[in-house]
Amino acid sequence: MDSQAIAVPATKSEIVHEHSPHLEHHFATESQQREASNFGMWLFLLTEIMFFGGMFTAYLIYRIWYYPAFVAGSHWMIIWAGTLNTVVLICSSFTMAMGVHSAEIRNRKLLLRYLIATLLLGCVFLGIKAFEWHDEWEHHHVPGLNFSINEFTHVDPRYPLDKPLPRDMAEKTQDYFSLYFLLTGVHALHMLIGVSILLFIIFHAWRGAYTTGNMNFVENFGLYWHFVDIVWIFLFPLLYLISRHQ
Amino acid sequence: MSASTVLKLPPQETADLPKKSYLNSEYGLKSWLLTRDHKRIAILYLFSTVFFFTIGGTAAAFIRLNLLTPGGELMAADTYNKLFSIHGIIMVFFFLVPIAPAVLGNFLIPLMIGAKDVAFPRLNLLSWYLFVTGGACELYAIIWGGMDTGWTFTTPLSTHYVNTHVIGAALGIFIAGFSSILTGVNFIVTIHRLRAPGMTWFRLPLFIWSFYATSIIFVLATPVIAIALVLIMMERTIGIGVFDPARGGDPLLFQHLFWFYSHPAVYVMILPGMGVISEVVACFSRKRVFGYTAVAFSSVAIAVFSFFVWAHHMFIMGISNYSALVFSLMTMLVAVPSAIKIFNWSSTMYKGSITFDTPMLYTFSFIGLFTMGGMTGVMLGCLGMDIHLTETYFIVAHFHYVMVGGMVSAFMAGLHFWWPKMTGRMYPEALGRLAASVLFIGFNLTFFPQFILGYMGMPRRYHAYPPEFQVLNVLSTAGASILAVGYLLPMLYLTWSLKYGKVAGSNPWRATGLEWQIQSPPLTENFLETPVVDFEAYDFEWLANKEKNEVQSVG
Amino acid sequence: MHFISPVLWQFLVKWLSRLPLFPPEASSIAPYTDAFFFFLLLISIVGTGIVVLMVVSFSMLYRKEKNPEATQIEGSTLLEATWTIIPLALFMIAFVWGALLYFRIYNPPTNAMNIYIVGKQWMWKAEHPGGQHEINALHVPTGRPVQLTMISQDVFHSFSIPAFRVKREVIPGRYTTVWFEATQPGTYHLFCTQYCGTLHSQMIGEIVALTPDDYQKWTAGSTSGASLAQNGERLFASLGCASCHSGSPDAHGPSLAEVYGSKLQMANGSFVTVDDAFLRDTILNPTMHQVAGYAPIMPTYQGQVSEEGLISLVEYIKNLNSNYRVQQTLNTSQVQTVAPSAPATGQGVVKQ
Repeated sequence: MDSQAIAVPATKSEIVHEHSPHLEHHFATESQQREASNFGMWLFLLTEIMFFGGMFTAYLIYRIWYYPAFVAGSHWMIIWAGTLNTVVLICSSFTMAMGVHSAEIRNRKLLLRYLIATLLLGCVFLGIKAFEWHDEWEHHHVPGLNFSINEFTHVDPRYPLDKPLPRDMAEKTQDYFSLYFLLTGVHALHMLIGVSILLFIIFHAWRGAYTTGNMNFVENFGLYWHFVDIVWIFLFPLLYLISRHQ
Repeated sequence: MSASTVLKLPPQETADLPKKSYLNSEYGLKSWLLTRDHKRIAILYLFSTVFFFTIGGTAAAFIRLNLLTPGGELMAADTYNKLFSIHGIIMVFFFLVPIAPAVLGNFLIPLMIGAKDVAFPRLNLLSWYLFVTGGACELYAIIWGGMDTGWTFTTPLSTHYVNTHVIGAALGIFIAGFSSILTGVNFIVTIHRLRAPGMTWFRLPLFIWSFYATSIIFVLATPVIAIALVLIMMERTIGIGVFDPARGGDPLLFQHLFWFYSHPAVYVMILPGMGVISEVVACFSRKRVFGYTAVAFSSVAIAVFSFFVWAHHMFIMGISNYSALVFSLMTMLVAVPSAIKIFNWSSTMYKGSITFDTPMLYTFSFIGLFTMGGMTGVMLGCLGMDIHLTETYFIVAHFHYVMVGGMVSAFMAGLHFWWPKMTGRMYPEALGRLAASVLFIGFNLTFFPQFILGYMGMPRRYHAYPPEFQVLNVLSTAGASILAVGYLLPMLYLTWSLKYGKVAGSNPWRATGLEWQIQSPPLTENFLETPVVDFEAYDFEWLANKEKNEVQSVG
Repeated sequence: MHFISPVLWQFLVKWLSRLPLFPPEASSIAPYTDAFFFFLLLISIVGTGIVVLMVVSFSMLYRKEKNPEATQIEGSTLLEATWTIIPLALFMIAFVWGALLYFRIYNPPTNAMNIYIVGKQWMWKAEHPGGQHEINALHVPTGRPVQLTMISQDVFHSFSIPAFRVKREVIPGRYTTVWFEATQPGTYHLFCTQYCGTLHSQMIGEIVALTPDDYQKWTAGSTSGASLAQNGERLFASLGCASCHSGSPDAHGPSLAEVYGSKLQMANGSFVTVDDAFLRDTILNPTMHQVAGYAPIMPTYQGQVSEEGLISLVEYIKNLNSNYRVQQTLNTSQVQTVAPSAPATGQGVVKQ
């Protein structure tokens, strides 16, 4: 028995392709496809929240236990670099949002401009980050590789009111820097992935791929980019601004 | 309730395999390795997970052989430690976690909801490649010397005190984890967005509810073990000190991060099986599942509660007494939905019309063994009892009862139930029943003695043990040899059936469900026209009406 | 288990232990654990029995040959409520019973005698306050509560005595404790139950429970020379602790006499009860435990003193309580009659 519950057209070629070439065959309408891909992206971002969440949990615990060490470690951050990075990322989120809008209104030139601006800002961020990491290396603040507690057991000239840490608390600054490198490293990795995808998007945008009605990919990438930005907005005060009012 | 559910149809033996199906729509290795068809991807997963099952099973065989004698003379302690670590890692991460979602879920979810594919077919293929890459990484770690920290990677043992391939093993799991995450995302979006018109949430088969709950866990829990493994790898390579007490780190932090994933993971390893049981019990009792809404909500409740109980793996590790109280209470709560389901399935059989085909036999196996495993879980969740029983063979017996007695029985039930749909052929029924019985007997003989060993105090992960435990260990190994036959038989006759099995036709079980209304094996695009659903799940009256009113043509 | 006749209970337990199916009940808490276990076993058997009965009877009554037509039943809210509430109630009873048992096992009575356990790959070291040291063995008296204060020198271990129904992880970085009261003289298994590497299954030993008289004989016969407290006193001097904790009113550090068990006010305003864990952690991480009214100048001794050394120091500080020695004398039978004239060799040497 080979009965079909559903009526069968004679041949498949009789199914007329009335829809746009972007519509995948398992979706009924373009709006269904767009909503599905959007939903999928939000779910993926939820998994990213859980991923960063593990690191934030570790940070929370160690900061409560070793607060003086975290204060000392945080004072060694280059505040202007961190602030500049924050501004850069917020601007890049703005240019990205404008890019998505340009795709919506099908303006190819504008889209390209905004995407390239986002790319440049992203690269500036990564460059400043690299500079900061180099500085940490110079100061022997890289755990496991060249970490030294010397700078914490002596008076820091930039913060003459800070007392030098006793040895046992100075040892704990290693926990601060481990989390610093972990958090900013994973964040930078996400930025790098974002920048790579952005290159891909720019190339296809130049060919007109996103301004002919199917801008799902740009829209979803925008979501990703905004997420990476928001993670930084949390990282910045947690890492750079501990007890800065002194 | 006027329509009869008894069907009288012409025999299926005269049916032919359909000319075109997803299996022969395209030929060649490339058409399989670059496929976007969810059904082909499911078959790819079937091969890879069964492959890993044989590796994990071989490790188990050697473990049980070593435990025949108390002195552990068969192999060195290091070798034994590597074997149980490999057994745990392979069986958990490369067999149990992926098997039902990736094989049965991938194949059936679009079919059951009336869709042409999952929401993101290319992502689906990527999931498989990630799984295989992770598996290859794991195999590398195993072949190049193995690792011996146990599947739990307890720090500081795993970070500072062993010099085996911990990083390779952790990396393999890390990569395979992304496979789970993407599968979870895919399934959730598919179930939300691609249901056929008329397929409301409460008309979905309970299988879909279970897989939906499983996907929620995939999405929320897996990233946490990803970060836990990253931390282990960083601590081992550069020595960042985050788990090292000498540098202010806390080794217990790793335990929290690890178990935050690994406990919900065990529900990933049972919920899909529960979904299968719902389908099989309904079909072989010829009636709808008793208490549909209760079973559906129980699935979601299990998924949600599973996130609140992780520290019951840490009761004696030095967590505060008060947090132990909270986690024990939550553990009692998470046991209740599973109990509800068991009672609902059993009640489904009341006033049914029951046949005892192989899938139903595996279902009976599931109901009995999962109930035993579940009750011993409640025992372990009680604080005072856990002190005596934890870290002994009681735990080993408990989780094998739920994972092997439960999940693997359910998977076998599902594999046999949907085999005709996936391949177009029936497996030999007599051999199927034999294998199910052999599995049940072998399983109980292997793992029941371990409950006794556990209460007596025999610790787990012991290469050698005091001689008074020998009798029970020998009994357990004897059972394992029988259990092995129970697994080998299906591998053999299922392969045999691919060429020589009876042609099944589209609905050999006369089951409800959209997947049974199309040909076996299905076309690549599943449905030529989108089905419109105006019937409830497990609506046997609708089925009887439909079959009665259709013109039958045979062949 | 008071509900069951003691004769019957004895018979049950003895019979079960003779077959290799049940561990001996050798501690005061063991019968309580076993009673709880039998309750849990009972509800498991009843629950599984009900389910199996349902499945088997329905299989027979409603098999296809007997019942060719199935009756479609949607469900029953009453039944759902029943099999939700009854299991929940049973689980709650189990939860409460289990919680009470847990608190009992992990909260030692105040008059427990203290023994220190140091676990390392792959052996157990037991240190009695009187100075007796044991490797992979532990002698305890029957009829007296014994508290074990445990720490690991390397990885996670777990100290398990199945016959006493007690078990606790032994972890690096902080003390864990467990207590028991042996009731039957005899030799019982000691297992390490947390996987700790290659020789995990060889990290086993013997718990020897002796009658109080035999125990007295054993302690007298195996005294190594100096008690833990005396070793601690030596370390206290050689590590330079006495220079700040001299006990004089203008000392840099607080006096340690009567400090054990007292409530101290910390520099951040909070109050802390001084226990073993506090003492150990203060020696290693003094910055985290700054006492109010004193300058934070205590150096850390991380890396300079072993776990055994720390145990000796803690024991010494405990003994500075004037009533501590009296209390301990009542509980232990060790009385050091002759003070050693020369420092004991081996123990308490400052770790490089």
